[in-house]
Parts: sequence; C-alpha cells; structure tokens
Amino acid sequence: MGKQISLRQSIILGLLGLTSFVGLWHGLAVSGMIPSVFLPSPIEVYDRFTTLLERRFAGATLPGHLAASFQRFAYGFLLAALIGIPLGLLMGWYQILDEIVSPLFDALRFIAPIAWVPFAALWFGTGIGGPIMIIFAGAFPPCVINAYRGAKFVDPRLIEAANMLGTPSHRVIREILLPASVPSIVSGLRVSAGLGWQSLVGAELIVASAGVGYMMVQGQANVSTTTVMAGMVAIGLVGLALDSALRLAERIIQRRRGLEN
Amino acid sequence: MKKYESVYITLGGMKVQRKVSIGLATIFIVCMIWFALTTGFGIVPSGRFPSPSETWSALIHVSGRGYGGGDLSMHVYNSLRLVVMGFLFAIATGVPLGLLMGWSRKAEAFINPIFLIIRPIPPLAWIPLAILWLGLGDSAKIMVIWFSAFVPSVINTYAGVRNIDRPVLEAAYMLGMPKVRFVAEVLIPGASPMIFTGLRLSLQASWTTLVAAELVGAFYGLGRVLNVAQQDLYPGMILVGMIAVAILGWGTTRVLGMVETWALRWNTAALAAKG
Repeated sequence: MGKQISLRQSIILGLLGLTSFVGLWHGLAVSGMIPSVFLPSPIEVYDRFTTLLERRFAGATLPGHLAASFQRFAYGFLLAALIGIPLGLLMGWYQILDEIVSPLFDALRFIAPIAWVPFAALWFGTGIGGPIMIIFAGAFPPCVINAYRGAKFVDPRLIEAANMLGTPSHRVIREILLPASVPSIVSGLRVSAGLGWQSLVGAELIVASAGVGYMMVQGQANVSTTTVMAGMVAIGLVGLALDSALRLAERIIQRRRGLEN
Repeated sequence: MKKYESVYITLGGMKVQRKVSIGLATIFIVCMIWFALTTGFGIVPSGRFPSPSETWSALIHVSGRGYGGGDLSMHVYNSLRLVVMGFLFAIATGVPLGLLMGWSRKAEAFINPIFLIIRPIPPLAWIPLAILWLGLGDSAKIMVIWFSAFVPSVINTYAGVRNIDRPVLEAAYMLGMPKVRFVAEVLIPGASPMIFTGLRLSLQASWTTLVAAELVGAFYGLGRVLNVAQQDLYPGMILVGMIAVAILGWGTTRVLGMVETWALRWNTAALAAKG
C-alpha cells in the first residue's frame, strides 16, 4: 500500500480537494467562459435553493415537492418490503418455491425498473399509482434477494441442533431462521431504498405532475439551470439521509448480534 | 424438516436437472396463464396488457415497417451503441481513478470528499442537466451513462486495490519491481475480481440510465419505442420494447461474464467461488 498519512494531512488534503472542486466550478461560472445560463455559480444555486424553499415553482415549493416525492417513495418502498421479504424468506426455506419462482424472477430482473414506466402509466395513471409501481419495481428485487440469502445461508448446525432437540417446525422458523436472516434483510432494505429513490426520480422525470423530478423537468423546460441543480442537491440530501438512517439500523443490528468485525 | 437436509445432501447433477425442468415447466405454465387470461377468457382487456398474438404482431410491425422513427434493428443498434460507448468511457476513466485512489492515500484524501458529495445524487437526476447542456442527441445520453457507470467502477476498483494481500505487495516492493510492471502485474490483477464486480453493477446502471434518458427524450432507441408506444396506448409494442431491453441487458451481462472468466482464468480461487 502507498505511504500512510496522518489524520491532519488527510483533513487538509480533503478540504483542499473540496475547495478546488468548488473553486473550479465557481471560477468557470464567474469567468464567463461558460454562460451562466448553462453553468451557474455555486452561490447562484444556493440562492435559488433558498428561494425555492419559500417560493412556488411548478405548483409547489421545494419542501412541497419533496413531500409529494417522499410519500410516493414511502408507499412503493413499504409495498416492496411487505411483499419482497416474505417471498424471499419462503423461497429460502422451501426449495420447491425457490425452483418455481427463481426463473421468473431472474427473467424479470433484467428489465430495468424504468422500463416499467409505460405500463405503470397505463395501469395506474401518472398521479401517485404509476410512480409507486416504478419505485416498487426498483426496490423489490434487493428485498427478495437479501431475504432469500438470509434464509438460505443459516448455519446448518443451528437447524440440526434444533431438529435433534425435537423443536417443532414453526418454532424453528420463528426462533432460528427468522432472527438469523435479519441482518441480511436490513442490508437488503438499504440497497432497495437507494434503488427505489433513484427509480422515483426517474419516474417523476417522465410521468409525474408533482415532486422533485417534475420540478427539475420544468426547470429544464424553462432553461433554469439553477432550479435543476437545486433539485439535484435536494434529491442528494434526501437520499443521503435515507441511506444514513438505514446504515445506522444495520450497524445497530450487527452490533447486537456481535457480527461487527 | 427434510427439505433443509435435501439442500445440502442432494448430488449436484441431479439437482441441476430438477431445477431446469421445474424452471421450464414454470415458464410454460406462465405462458399458458398469459394466453388464457388475454385471448382465452378475455379477463384482461387488450388495452391493459397485450395477448401473445398482439405482442407477436407488434414485433412484426416494428421489425418490418418500423415504429417510432425506425425499425427494430436500428433502435437496438442505437441503444446498444450508446450503452457500450458510455460504459467503455466509464471504464477507461473510472478504473484508473479507482487504482490511483486505492494506491495513494494522498489521492484518496483529496478525491474522496468530492465523491462523497456527488455520489448521493442518483445518475437519473443528471438527465435534465445533461439535456440542458448537450440537448436531446447522443452526447447527453453518453454523459449520463458515463456518470452512472463511472461511480461503481471507481468505488469497486478502489476497494479491490485495498483488498490485495499485504504480503503480495510487500514481496513486490522487496524485489524492487519497477512501477509500470507493479501496476500491470500486481495492482490490476489483484484488484480485478472486485473490478469486475464493479463493472457488472456499472453495466446494469448503464441500461437503466439509457432507458430513462431515452424515455425523457430521444430520436431513436428502445426507450423511444417505449415512449411512443405509451403515447399511442399500444400495449403490444410496450411489451416488445421491454423484452428487447431485457434481452439486451441479459446479453451484455453474459458477454461481460465471458470476458471476466477469460480475464480471471489464472485466478483459480475466484473461479471456484463463482462455480
């Protein structure tokens, strides 16, 4: 490995990196080499962001759009978890179900979630139903796969010990298989929250009539680069918050299980 | 609890046969149900989901007369070309950056914070910006595909370098290996299993982004077919577009898998783990 560096050095270098990134952006924007319609400076984006917090654009303020997006996300994500996790667990426990569902699941998995947009619009409209279906399409596979892995790769010795002691089958499921799969399920939820959030943005760019994605499309149509960039910042912040919350949950569970390395 | 035991005891060959036959039977039954629900009993109206024959005629339609500005081969060619270009461009830039970040702590300290603020923005959120900057043509799509594939390839390459066994690196040092040979013979091969993991993720992300970008606005491509079919309320064509996207995604993943097997043929441990 390359030379180790001290914490102080790495903080200084990190700040240097961030400053040069923002500085380059600001410099390019201010110098006028690129018209500010295309590349607004960070300050302009910040101003636009704060304005959007209070002023309506494309029918709502930024918090309003975010609330609309988040509501859709929450429905789609919960639906994916409620259907995906039990399905994955059952596939992990019952081999025959695994063999029946897997080929279908593998075939469907190659369809990008966004490719469901036309059917989602056709079946559920462009209001709230269509986007929810697309979020579901994005968030569902990781839920299934991780629940499946969690259930399938339980230490066989635990099951053998339970069998030897004559534990009834429902207790084996409740007291061994289910708890043993929890860490994997939580990791799956984190992945699916990320994919679901990303699919939501895609869905809103294409079909919705409210939400952050919609706001960005309107910004693009009005050649308001600041609005588009403010939308990107907002999406990034919410995504980061979601990811951090689930990462924390993952850590807590791993620590309680003593799985932390 | 016999079912659990069988997972561990059954002989490999026997299980595979059973798997394949159950899989084929399932797909056959699903096709029968599809036929029964649409054509057979008409429970699902054709305005909602196409029957097998409608799907077939849509396929004939798009591959013969063409639909949405071109015939099927042209749409496929355009989508495939954009994905391959964006993906290769992302490899060419992402892998070296990942190697650099994995190798040099200074580069890592410098670049990582920038990554941390850009990474949470989903690739699809760059589409409006790309359209503002580059318009509806190919370059905007290549930009977003590049972006979506770039991040996973950097991160995994970086993690791959960090996972190389220390003694291997120390041995190379001790033997006074020249820098160029060190990168080519130790760093890249050592990180390559992780690099390929990253590339698989990158490829998937590329297809998702391409479809989204073409749905937002394009002149050709499978996303364009989906978009026009949605506006025309043409379920058969929507299904054809989706199947085409899935087949292309599957095919490119297979090609990448073959490249991986070939590139890692020296690495018996990785191949054994892959099965």
